[in-house]
Amino acid sequence: MEPLLKAEHLTKTFHSQGREAYTAVDDVSFSMFPGEKLAIIGESGSGKTTVVNMVTRLLDVTSGTITLDGEDITHYRGRQMKKIYRKMQMVFQTPSDSFDPRRTLGDGIAESLINHGAGKKEAMLQAEDLLGLCGLEKEFAKRYPHEVSGGQCQRAAIARAIAIGPKLLILDEATSALDVTVQKDILELLTKLKEERNMSYLFICHDIALVQNFCDRVLVMYHGKIVEEGVPDEVVRHPREAYTKNLIDCIL
Amino acid sequence: MKEPTVRIQNLHKNHLKTRLIIFGVLALLLIVGSYFSEYLCPYDPYLQDLSNAKAPCSLAHPFGTDRFGRDMLSRVIVGSKTSIYSTLLLVAFITVFGTAVGVVCAWSGKRVDAVLMRISDMFLAFPGLVFALAVAAVLGGGVQNAIIALAAISWPKYARVARSQTLAQKETVYLRAARLSGCSTWKLIYRHILPNIFGPILVTAMLDIGTMMMELAGLSFLGLGAKPPVAEWGSMMSDTRNLLTTHPWVTLAPGFAIFVSVMVFNLLGDTVRDWLDPRNGR
Repeated sequence: MEPLLKAEHLTKTFHSQGREAYTAVDDVSFSMFPGEKLAIIGESGSGKTTVVNMVTRLLDVTSGTITLDGEDITHYRGRQMKKIYRKMQMVFQTPSDSFDPRRTLGDGIAESLINHGAGKKEAMLQAEDLLGLCGLEKEFAKRYPHEVSGGQCQRAAIARAIAIGPKLLILDEATSALDVTVQKDILELLTKLKEERNMSYLFICHDIALVQNFCDRVLVMYHGKIVEEGVPDEVVRHPREAYTKNLIDCIL
Repeated sequence: MKEPTVRIQNLHKNHLKTRLIIFGVLALLLIVGSYFSEYLCPYDPYLQDLSNAKAPCSLAHPFGTDRFGRDMLSRVIVGSKTSIYSTLLLVAFITVFGTAVGVVCAWSGKRVDAVLMRISDMFLAFPGLVFALAVAAVLGGGVQNAIIALAAISWPKYARVARSQTLAQKETVYLRAARLSGCSTWKLIYRHILPNIFGPILVTAMLDIGTMMMELAGLSFLGLGAKPPVAEWGSMMSDTRNLLTTHPWVTLAPGFAIFVSVMVFNLLGDTVRDWLDPRNGR
Protein backbone atom coordinates (compact mmCIF):
# COMPACT_ATOMS: atom_id res chain seq x y z
CA MET A 1 0.00 0.00 0.00
CA GLU A 2 1.20 3.47 -0.89
CA PRO A 3 1.85 5.54 2.25
CA LEU A 4 -0.32 8.64 2.74
CA LEU A 5 2.44 10.59 4.38
CA LYS A 6 6.11 9.86 4.14
CA ALA A 7 8.82 11.82 5.88
CA GLU A 8 12.40 10.99 4.97
CA HIS A 9 15.44 12.17 6.85
CA LEU A 10 13.71 15.28 8.17
CA THR A 11 16.10 17.61 9.90
CA LYS A 12 15.50 21.04 11.34
CA THR A 13 18.29 23.21 12.62
CA PHE A 14 17.59 26.57 14.20
CA HIS A 15 20.21 29.25 13.87
CA SER A 16 20.00 32.19 16.18
CA GLN A 17 22.47 35.00 16.50
CA GLY A 18 25.21 34.58 19.06
CA ARG A 19 24.21 31.03 19.91
CA GLU A 20 25.18 27.65 18.62
CA ALA A 21 22.94 26.12 15.99
CA TYR A 22 20.33 23.94 17.62
CA THR A 23 19.06 20.81 15.93
CA ALA A 24 15.48 20.32 17.04
CA VAL A 25 14.74 17.43 14.71
CA ASP A 26 17.53 15.13 13.64
CA ASP A 27 17.10 12.74 10.71
CA VAL A 28 13.55 11.66 11.38
CA SER A 29 11.93 9.23 8.93
CA PHE A 30 8.50 7.69 9.18
CA SER A 31 5.56 6.89 7.00
CA MET A 32 1.88 6.53 7.71
CA PHE A 33 -0.76 4.69 5.75
CA PRO A 34 -4.32 5.62 4.82
CA GLY A 35 -6.71 5.09 7.71
CA GLU A 36 -3.93 4.76 10.25
CA LYS A 37 -3.83 6.39 13.68
CA LEU A 38 -0.18 7.16 14.27
CA ALA A 39 1.02 8.74 17.47
CA ILE A 40 4.21 10.63 18.15
CA ILE A 41 5.02 10.86 21.83
CA GLY A 42 7.86 12.40 23.74
CA GLU A 43 8.55 15.00 26.39
CA SER A 44 8.38 18.76 25.78
CA GLY A 45 11.24 19.85 23.59
CA SER A 46 11.67 16.44 22.00
CA GLY A 47 10.81 17.88 18.58
CA LYS A 48 7.29 16.51 18.08
CA THR A 49 5.74 19.84 17.27
CA THR A 50 8.65 20.82 15.04
CA VAL A 51 8.07 17.65 13.01
CA VAL A 52 4.41 18.54 12.65
CA ASN A 53 5.16 22.14 11.72
CA MET A 54 7.48 20.89 8.98
CA VAL A 55 4.88 18.42 7.73
CA THR A 56 2.26 21.17 7.51
CA ARG A 57 4.93 23.42 5.97
CA LEU A 58 4.40 26.13 8.55
CA LEU A 59 8.12 25.71 9.04
CA ASP A 60 10.76 25.20 6.32
CA VAL A 61 12.78 22.03 6.49
CA THR A 62 16.56 22.19 6.76
CA SER A 63 16.91 18.90 4.90
CA GLY A 64 14.87 15.84 4.07
CA THR A 65 11.70 15.32 2.08
CA ILE A 66 8.00 15.16 2.84
CA THR A 67 5.69 13.24 0.53
CA LEU A 68 1.91 13.51 0.85
CA ASP A 69 -0.24 11.21 -1.22
CA GLY A 70 2.65 10.53 -3.58
CA GLU A 71 3.45 14.22 -4.08
CA ASP A 72 6.72 15.77 -2.88
CA ILE A 73 5.56 18.83 -0.93
CA THR A 74 8.89 19.69 0.71
CA HIS A 75 9.32 22.95 -1.18
CA TYR A 76 5.73 23.86 -1.95
CA ARG A 77 4.72 27.47 -1.46
CA GLY A 78 1.63 29.71 -1.60
CA ARG A 79 -0.98 28.39 -4.02
CA GLN A 80 0.48 24.90 -4.05
CA MET A 81 0.12 24.71 -0.28
CA LYS A 82 -3.55 25.57 -0.52
CA LYS A 83 -4.01 22.43 -2.59
CA ILE A 84 -2.15 20.44 0.03
CA TYR A 85 -4.24 21.80 2.88
CA ARG A 86 -7.25 20.22 1.20
CA LYS A 87 -5.71 16.89 2.07
CA MET A 88 -4.11 17.77 5.38
CA GLN A 89 -5.54 19.73 8.26
CA MET A 90 -4.53 20.36 11.82
CA VAL A 91 -6.09 20.86 15.24
CA PHE A 92 -4.06 22.87 17.72
CA GLN A 93 -3.35 22.49 21.39
CA THR A 94 -5.03 25.65 22.69
CA PRO A 95 -8.56 25.66 21.33
CA SER A 96 -9.53 29.22 22.23
CA ASP A 97 -6.37 30.64 20.66
CA SER A 98 -6.92 28.81 17.41
CA PHE A 99 -9.81 31.06 16.40
CA ASP A 100 -9.50 34.73 15.53
CA PRO A 101 -10.76 36.56 18.67
CA ARG A 102 -12.61 39.06 16.49
CA ARG A 103 -14.52 36.53 14.43
CA THR A 104 -17.24 34.07 15.29
CA LEU A 105 -16.63 30.33 15.28
CA GLY A 106 -18.94 30.06 12.28
CA ASP A 107 -16.85 32.61 10.41
CA GLY A 108 -13.71 30.64 11.19
CA ILE A 109 -15.16 27.41 9.87
CA ALA A 110 -16.74 29.06 6.83
CA GLU A 111 -13.47 30.78 5.96
CA SER A 112 -11.89 27.48 5.13
CA LEU A 113 -14.81 26.55 2.87
CA ILE A 114 -14.84 29.96 1.20
CA ASN A 115 -11.12 29.78 0.54
CA HIS A 116 -11.74 26.54 -1.27
CA GLY A 117 -14.45 27.87 -3.50
CA ALA A 118 -17.72 27.81 -1.54
CA GLY A 119 -20.16 30.74 -1.60
CA LYS A 120 -20.62 32.80 1.55
CA LYS A 121 -24.16 31.71 2.46
CA GLU A 122 -23.55 28.13 1.50
CA ALA A 123 -20.37 28.08 3.61
CA MET A 124 -22.21 29.43 6.65
CA LEU A 125 -24.90 26.75 6.37
CA GLN A 126 -22.28 24.09 5.92
CA ALA A 127 -20.42 25.42 8.97
CA GLU A 128 -23.56 24.98 11.05
CA ASP A 129 -23.93 21.42 9.81
CA LEU A 130 -20.31 20.70 10.63
CA LEU A 131 -20.80 22.04 14.15
CA GLY A 132 -23.78 19.70 14.45
CA LEU A 133 -21.65 16.81 13.26
CA CYS A 134 -19.13 17.66 15.98
CA GLY A 135 -21.81 17.74 18.66
CA LEU A 136 -22.49 21.46 18.96
CA GLU A 137 -25.74 23.30 18.36
CA LYS A 138 -26.09 25.63 15.39
CA GLU A 139 -26.14 28.66 17.68
CA PHE A 140 -22.44 28.15 18.34
CA ALA A 141 -21.72 29.46 14.85
CA LYS A 142 -22.58 32.93 16.14
CA ARG A 143 -20.46 32.73 19.28
CA TYR A 144 -17.00 34.18 19.77
CA PRO A 145 -14.10 31.99 20.91
CA HIS A 146 -14.01 33.59 24.36
CA GLU A 147 -17.69 32.82 24.87
CA VAL A 148 -17.38 29.04 24.74
CA SER A 149 -15.56 26.48 26.87
CA GLY A 150 -12.30 24.82 25.87
CA GLY A 151 -14.01 21.56 24.94
CA GLN A 152 -16.64 23.31 22.84
CA CYS A 153 -13.99 25.38 21.13
CA GLN A 154 -11.98 22.27 20.37
CA ARG A 155 -15.08 20.68 18.80
CA ALA A 156 -15.42 23.78 16.63
CA ALA A 157 -11.73 23.53 15.73
CA ILE A 158 -12.25 19.93 14.67
CA ALA A 159 -15.28 21.03 12.63
CA ARG A 160 -13.08 23.58 10.88
CA ALA A 161 -10.34 21.04 10.26
CA ILE A 162 -12.66 18.47 8.66
CA ALA A 163 -14.65 21.09 6.72
CA ILE A 164 -12.86 20.57 3.43
CA GLY A 165 -12.63 16.82 3.84
CA PRO A 166 -8.94 16.19 4.51
CA LYS A 167 -7.47 12.71 4.35
CA LEU A 168 -5.00 13.42 7.11
CA LEU A 169 -5.83 15.17 10.36
CA ILE A 170 -2.95 16.25 12.53
CA LEU A 171 -3.81 16.63 16.19
CA ASP A 172 -1.07 18.57 17.93
CA GLU A 173 -1.70 17.91 21.62
CA ALA A 174 -5.34 18.46 20.75
CA THR A 175 -6.60 17.03 24.01
CA SER A 176 -3.81 18.09 26.36
CA ALA A 177 -5.42 21.33 27.45
CA LEU A 178 -8.75 19.70 28.24
CA ASP A 179 -9.82 17.92 31.39
CA VAL A 180 -10.21 14.16 31.31
CA THR A 181 -13.97 13.90 30.78
CA VAL A 182 -13.87 16.38 27.91
CA GLN A 183 -10.81 14.55 26.59
CA LYS A 184 -12.83 11.37 26.45
CA ASP A 185 -15.67 13.12 24.58
CA ILE A 186 -13.27 14.53 22.03
CA LEU A 187 -11.66 11.13 21.48
CA GLU A 188 -15.10 9.60 20.97
CA LEU A 189 -15.89 12.31 18.44
CA LEU A 190 -12.62 11.61 16.63
CA THR A 191 -13.36 7.89 16.56
CA LYS A 192 -16.83 8.57 15.15
CA LEU A 193 -15.48 10.94 12.50
CA LYS A 194 -12.81 8.47 11.49
CA GLU A 195 -15.43 5.80 10.87
CA GLU A 196 -17.58 8.17 8.85
CA ARG A 197 -14.87 9.80 6.79
CA ASN A 198 -12.01 7.33 6.82
CA MET A 199 -9.37 9.87 7.82
CA SER A 200 -5.89 9.19 9.13
CA TYR A 201 -4.79 10.75 12.37
CA LEU A 202 -1.32 11.92 13.24
CA PHE A 203 -1.63 12.25 16.96
CA ILE A 204 0.94 14.31 18.82
CA CYS A 205 0.80 13.64 22.51
CA HIS A 206 2.77 13.17 25.70
CA ASP A 207 0.24 10.93 27.40
CA ILE A 208 1.20 7.34 26.69
CA ALA A 209 -1.94 5.89 28.30
CA LEU A 210 -4.11 7.89 25.93
CA VAL A 211 -2.06 6.74 22.96
CA GLN A 212 -2.37 3.14 24.07
CA ASN A 213 -6.15 3.34 23.86
CA PHE A 214 -6.46 5.42 20.75
CA CYS A 215 -3.65 4.75 18.28
CA ASP A 216 -2.51 1.93 16.03
CA ARG A 217 1.17 2.70 16.07
CA VAL A 218 3.45 4.92 18.09
CA LEU A 219 6.75 6.68 17.52
CA VAL A 220 8.73 7.71 20.57
CA MET A 221 10.82 10.85 20.12
CA TYR A 222 13.70 11.91 22.29
CA HIS A 223 16.10 14.80 21.66
CA GLY A 224 14.93 15.19 18.08
CA LYS A 225 15.28 11.55 17.11
CA ILE A 226 12.86 8.67 16.88
CA VAL A 227 14.11 6.21 19.45
CA GLU A 228 11.38 3.61 19.29
CA GLU A 229 8.53 2.58 17.07
CA GLY A 230 5.80 -0.03 17.45
CA VAL A 231 2.29 -0.99 18.47
CA PRO A 232 1.41 1.02 21.62
CA ASP A 233 0.63 -2.04 23.74
CA GLU A 234 3.96 -3.62 22.83
CA VAL A 235 5.87 -0.46 23.46
CA VAL A 236 4.26 0.01 26.87
CA ARG A 237 4.72 -3.60 27.89
CA HIS A 238 8.19 -4.19 26.50
CA PRO A 239 9.95 -0.91 25.94
CA ARG A 240 13.31 -1.47 24.31
CA GLU A 241 14.87 1.90 24.92
CA ALA A 242 15.84 3.24 28.31
CA TYR A 243 14.15 6.53 27.58
CA THR A 244 10.83 4.88 26.74
CA LYS A 245 11.00 2.93 30.00
CA ASN A 246 11.59 6.16 31.80
CA LEU A 247 8.67 7.83 30.06
CA ILE A 248 6.34 4.97 30.95
CA ASP A 249 7.53 4.87 34.55
CA CYS A 250 6.85 8.55 34.89
CA ILE A 251 3.24 8.19 33.85
CA LEU A 252 2.10 4.86 35.22
CA MET B 1 -20.75 42.69 49.09
CA LYS B 2 -20.68 41.90 45.41
CA GLU B 3 -23.47 44.15 44.25
CA PRO B 4 -21.84 47.53 44.83
CA THR B 5 -18.72 46.53 42.87
CA VAL B 6 -20.83 45.51 39.94
CA ARG B 7 -22.72 48.75 40.18
CA ILE B 8 -19.49 50.75 40.20
CA GLN B 9 -18.26 48.85 37.16
CA ASN B 10 -21.50 49.52 35.34
CA LEU B 11 -21.32 53.14 36.33
CA HIS B 12 -17.79 53.32 34.95
CA LYS B 13 -18.89 51.66 31.73
CA ASN B 14 -21.88 53.94 31.31
CA HIS B 15 -19.69 56.89 32.12
CA LEU B 16 -17.24 55.84 29.41
CA LYS B 17 -20.02 55.49 26.90
CA THR B 18 -21.35 58.94 27.76
CA ARG B 19 -17.88 60.40 27.38
CA LEU B 20 -17.45 58.67 24.05
CA ILE B 21 -20.74 60.06 22.80
CA ILE B 22 -20.09 63.58 24.06
CA PHE B 23 -16.59 63.92 22.63
CA GLY B 24 -17.53 62.05 19.49
CA VAL B 25 -20.37 64.46 18.84
CA LEU B 26 -18.18 67.48 19.64
CA ALA B 27 -15.47 66.28 17.27
CA LEU B 28 -18.05 65.57 14.61
CA LEU B 29 -19.50 69.06 15.08
CA LEU B 30 -16.04 70.56 14.61
CA ILE B 31 -15.44 68.52 11.47
CA VAL B 32 -18.85 69.11 9.91
CA GLY B 33 -18.83 72.75 11.00
CA SER B 34 -15.45 73.34 9.42
CA TYR B 35 -16.63 71.71 6.20
CA PHE B 36 -19.51 74.14 5.91
CA SER B 37 -17.54 77.01 7.41
CA GLU B 38 -18.18 79.39 4.51
CA TYR B 39 -21.89 79.25 5.19
CA LEU B 40 -21.51 79.66 8.93
CA CYS B 41 -19.58 82.93 9.07
CA PRO B 42 -21.58 86.04 9.72
CA TYR B 43 -19.28 88.24 7.57
CA ASP B 44 -16.94 87.79 4.63
CA PRO B 45 -13.71 86.76 6.39
CA TYR B 46 -11.55 88.49 3.77
CA LEU B 47 -13.52 91.75 3.53
CA GLN B 48 -11.42 94.65 4.85
CA ASP B 49 -13.04 97.59 6.60
CA LEU B 50 -10.28 99.89 7.82
CA SER B 51 -12.73 102.29 9.46
CA ASN B 52 -13.67 99.50 11.85
CA ALA B 53 -10.14 98.13 12.46
CA LYS B 54 -9.11 96.64 15.80
CA ALA B 55 -12.63 96.96 17.18
CA PRO B 56 -13.05 95.21 20.55
CA CYS B 57 -15.56 92.48 21.19
CA SER B 58 -19.14 93.56 20.64
CA LEU B 59 -22.45 92.05 19.72
CA ALA B 60 -21.81 92.76 16.05
CA HIS B 61 -18.28 91.29 16.23
CA PRO B 62 -18.13 88.79 19.15
CA PHE B 63 -14.36 88.23 18.70
CA GLY B 64 -13.67 91.80 17.57
CA THR B 65 -11.94 92.75 14.32
CA ASP B 66 -8.30 92.62 13.27
CA ARG B 67 -6.12 95.50 12.06
CA PHE B 68 -7.72 95.39 8.61
CA GLY B 69 -11.20 95.44 10.10
CA ARG B 70 -11.92 91.83 9.19
CA ASP B 71 -14.37 90.05 11.48
CA MET B 72 -12.36 87.72 13.75
CA LEU B 73 -15.22 85.28 14.36
CA SER B 74 -15.64 84.73 10.62
CA ARG B 75 -11.91 84.33 10.22
CA VAL B 76 -11.68 81.81 13.04
CA ILE B 77 -14.58 79.83 11.57
CA VAL B 78 -13.10 79.82 8.08
CA GLY B 79 -9.67 79.07 9.53
CA SER B 80 -11.06 75.84 10.95
CA LYS B 81 -11.30 74.46 7.44
CA THR B 82 -7.58 74.81 6.83
CA SER B 83 -6.59 73.79 10.35
CA ILE B 84 -8.90 70.84 10.95
CA TYR B 85 -8.98 69.46 7.43
CA SER B 86 -5.25 69.67 6.91
CA THR B 87 -4.74 67.91 10.23
CA LEU B 88 -7.21 65.13 9.50
CA LEU B 89 -5.73 64.65 6.05
CA LEU B 90 -2.25 64.53 7.53
CA VAL B 91 -3.17 62.05 10.27
CA ALA B 92 -5.11 59.85 7.86
CA PHE B 93 -2.18 59.77 5.48
CA ILE B 94 0.50 58.97 8.05
CA THR B 95 -1.74 56.35 9.68
CA VAL B 96 -2.31 54.48 6.44
CA PHE B 97 1.23 54.86 5.20
CA GLY B 98 2.91 54.08 8.53
CA THR B 99 0.70 51.05 9.12
CA ALA B 100 1.41 49.73 5.64
CA VAL B 101 5.16 50.08 6.16
CA GLY B 102 4.97 48.49 9.60
CA VAL B 103 2.98 45.50 8.40
CA VAL B 104 5.29 44.99 5.43
CA CYS B 105 8.32 45.14 7.75
CA ALA B 106 6.92 42.63 10.20
CA TRP B 107 5.65 40.34 7.49
CA SER B 108 8.71 40.17 5.28
CA GLY B 109 11.25 40.29 8.10
CA LYS B 110 15.00 40.16 7.60
CA ARG B 111 16.37 42.53 4.96
CA VAL B 112 13.25 44.46 4.02
CA ASP B 113 12.54 44.98 7.71
CA ALA B 114 16.07 46.15 8.42
CA VAL B 115 16.14 48.57 5.49
CA LEU B 116 12.71 50.10 6.11
CA MET B 117 13.29 50.41 9.85
CA ARG B 118 16.63 52.17 9.34
CA ILE B 119 14.91 54.58 6.96
CA SER B 120 12.27 55.25 9.59
CA ASP B 121 15.01 55.80 12.19
CA MET B 122 16.52 58.37 9.87
CA PHE B 123 13.27 60.29 9.73
CA LEU B 124 12.85 60.01 13.49
CA ALA B 125 16.31 61.49 13.98
CA PHE B 126 15.32 64.80 12.38
CA PRO B 127 14.02 67.46 14.72
CA GLY B 128 10.56 68.28 13.36
CA LEU B 129 10.88 72.01 12.93
CA VAL B 130 14.32 71.86 11.39
CA PHE B 131 13.06 69.36 8.87
CA ALA B 132 10.05 71.52 8.13
CA LEU B 133 12.36 74.50 7.62
CA ALA B 134 14.40 72.45 5.18
CA VAL B 135 11.28 71.36 3.31
CA ALA B 136 10.01 74.92 3.21
CA ALA B 137 13.39 76.04 1.89
CA VAL B 138 13.33 73.46 -0.87
CA LEU B 139 9.65 73.41 -1.78
CA GLY B 140 8.59 76.82 -0.53
CA GLY B 141 6.05 77.60 2.18
CA GLY B 142 2.36 76.81 2.12
CA VAL B 143 0.01 74.48 3.94
CA GLN B 144 0.68 71.68 1.49
CA ASN B 145 4.42 71.71 2.10
CA ALA B 146 3.93 71.97 5.86
CA ILE B 147 1.82 68.82 5.65
CA ILE B 148 4.50 67.06 3.61
CA ALA B 149 7.14 68.03 6.17
CA LEU B 150 5.06 66.84 9.12
CA ALA B 151 4.07 63.64 7.34
CA ALA B 152 7.69 62.83 6.59
CA ILE B 153 8.70 63.01 10.24
CA SER B 154 5.63 61.44 11.84
CA TRP B 155 4.91 58.25 9.89
CA PRO B 156 7.67 56.20 11.61
CA LYS B 157 5.71 56.19 14.87
CA TYR B 158 2.86 54.34 13.16
CA ALA B 159 5.24 52.03 11.39
CA ARG B 160 6.70 51.04 14.77
CA VAL B 161 3.33 50.44 16.39
CA ALA B 162 2.05 48.46 13.41
CA ARG B 163 5.27 46.48 13.18
CA SER B 164 5.33 45.37 16.81
CA GLN B 165 1.62 44.56 16.78
CA THR B 166 1.95 42.56 13.57
CA LEU B 167 4.94 40.66 14.94
CA ALA B 168 2.86 39.66 17.95
CA GLN B 169 -0.07 38.62 15.76
CA LYS B 170 2.20 36.67 13.44
CA GLU B 171 3.03 34.21 16.20
CA THR B 172 -0.54 33.49 17.19
CA VAL B 173 -2.09 30.07 16.79
CA TYR B 174 -5.14 31.40 15.01
CA LEU B 175 -3.01 32.88 12.27
CA ARG B 176 -1.44 29.49 11.68
CA ALA B 177 -4.91 27.99 11.67
CA ALA B 178 -6.04 30.60 9.14
CA ARG B 179 -3.07 29.79 6.95
CA LEU B 180 -4.00 26.12 7.12
CA SER B 181 -7.51 26.94 6.03
CA GLY B 182 -5.99 28.21 2.81
CA CYS B 183 -5.78 31.98 3.32
CA SER B 184 -3.34 33.75 1.03
CA THR B 185 -0.86 36.19 2.55
CA TRP B 186 -2.99 39.13 1.49
CA LYS B 187 -6.08 37.58 3.03
CA LEU B 188 -4.24 36.81 6.26
CA ILE B 189 -3.22 40.44 6.49
CA TYR B 190 -6.50 42.14 5.73
CA ARG B 191 -8.86 39.67 7.36
CA HIS B 192 -6.90 38.74 10.45
CA ILE B 193 -3.95 40.99 11.13
CA LEU B 194 -5.39 44.42 10.30
CA PRO B 195 -8.59 44.02 12.36
CA ASN B 196 -6.54 42.80 15.30
CA ILE B 197 -3.96 45.59 15.24
CA PHE B 198 -6.52 48.28 14.47
CA GLY B 199 -7.14 49.26 18.12
CA PRO B 200 -3.68 50.51 19.14
CA ILE B 201 -3.23 52.25 15.78
CA LEU B 202 -6.57 54.01 16.07
CA VAL B 203 -5.65 55.22 19.55
CA THR B 204 -2.29 56.52 18.35
CA ALA B 205 -4.02 58.32 15.50
CA MET B 206 -6.72 59.86 17.68
CA LEU B 207 -4.19 61.17 20.18
CA ASP B 208 -2.07 62.46 17.32
CA ILE B 209 -4.79 64.66 15.87
CA GLY B 210 -4.30 67.20 18.66
CA THR B 211 -0.52 67.09 18.41
CA MET B 212 -0.53 67.47 14.66
CA MET B 213 -2.98 70.36 14.85
CA MET B 214 -0.59 72.16 17.19
CA GLU B 215 2.44 71.39 15.06
CA LEU B 216 0.71 72.57 11.92
CA ALA B 217 -0.37 75.75 13.69
CA GLY B 218 3.20 76.07 14.97
CA LEU B 219 4.63 75.83 11.48
CA SER B 220 2.13 78.38 10.23
CA PHE B 221 3.02 80.63 13.13
CA LEU B 222 6.63 80.51 11.98
CA GLY B 223 5.46 81.41 8.49
CA LEU B 224 6.14 77.97 7.03
CA GLY B 225 2.52 76.95 6.68
CA ALA B 226 -0.47 78.87 5.46
CA LYS B 227 0.34 82.20 3.88
CA PRO B 228 -1.71 85.32 4.59
CA PRO B 229 -4.39 86.24 3.74
CA VAL B 230 -5.50 82.58 3.95
CA ALA B 231 -7.17 82.21 7.32
CA GLU B 232 -5.36 79.59 9.38
CA TRP B 233 -5.21 79.69 13.15
CA GLY B 234 -1.45 79.49 13.46
CA SER B 235 -0.72 82.14 10.88
CA MET B 236 -3.49 84.35 12.26
CA MET B 237 -1.82 84.30 15.66
CA SER B 238 1.56 85.03 14.17
CA ASP B 239 0.13 87.79 12.03
CA THR B 240 -1.29 89.65 14.97
CA ARG B 241 1.13 88.82 17.74
CA ASN B 242 2.39 92.41 18.14
CA LEU B 243 -1.17 93.40 19.01
CA LEU B 244 -1.28 91.00 21.95
CA THR B 245 -0.73 93.69 24.57
CA THR B 246 -2.93 96.37 23.04
CA HIS B 247 -5.69 94.38 21.32
CA PRO B 248 -5.47 90.89 22.84
CA TRP B 249 -8.67 89.50 21.31
CA VAL B 250 -7.12 89.45 17.85
CA THR B 251 -4.50 86.95 18.96
CA LEU B 252 -6.53 85.14 21.56
CA ALA B 253 -9.46 84.26 19.28
CA PRO B 254 -7.51 81.84 17.04
CA GLY B 255 -5.55 80.69 20.09
CA PHE B 256 -8.77 79.80 21.81
CA ALA B 257 -9.94 77.94 18.71
CA ILE B 258 -6.73 75.87 18.69
CA PHE B 259 -7.10 75.21 22.40
CA VAL B 260 -10.69 74.01 22.11
CA SER B 261 -10.22 71.78 19.08
CA VAL B 262 -6.99 70.22 20.35
CA MET B 263 -8.69 69.50 23.65
CA VAL B 264 -11.75 67.95 22.04
CA PHE B 265 -9.66 65.65 19.86
CA ASN B 266 -7.34 64.73 22.73
CA LEU B 267 -10.20 63.90 25.04
CA LEU B 268 -11.82 61.87 22.29
CA GLY B 269 -8.52 60.04 21.80
CA ASP B 270 -8.28 59.32 25.54
CA THR B 271 -11.83 58.04 25.61
CA VAL B 272 -11.31 55.80 22.60
CA ARG B 273 -8.20 54.42 24.27
CA ASP B 274 -10.12 53.60 27.45
CA TRP B 275 -12.94 52.17 25.42
CA LEU B 276 -10.69 49.82 23.48
CA ASP B 277 -8.80 48.78 26.60
CA PRO B 278 -9.51 45.08 27.13
CA ARG B 279 -9.54 45.61 30.91
CA ASN B 280 -12.64 47.69 30.46
CA GLY B 281 -14.41 44.33 30.31
CA ARG B 282 -16.41 44.76 27.19
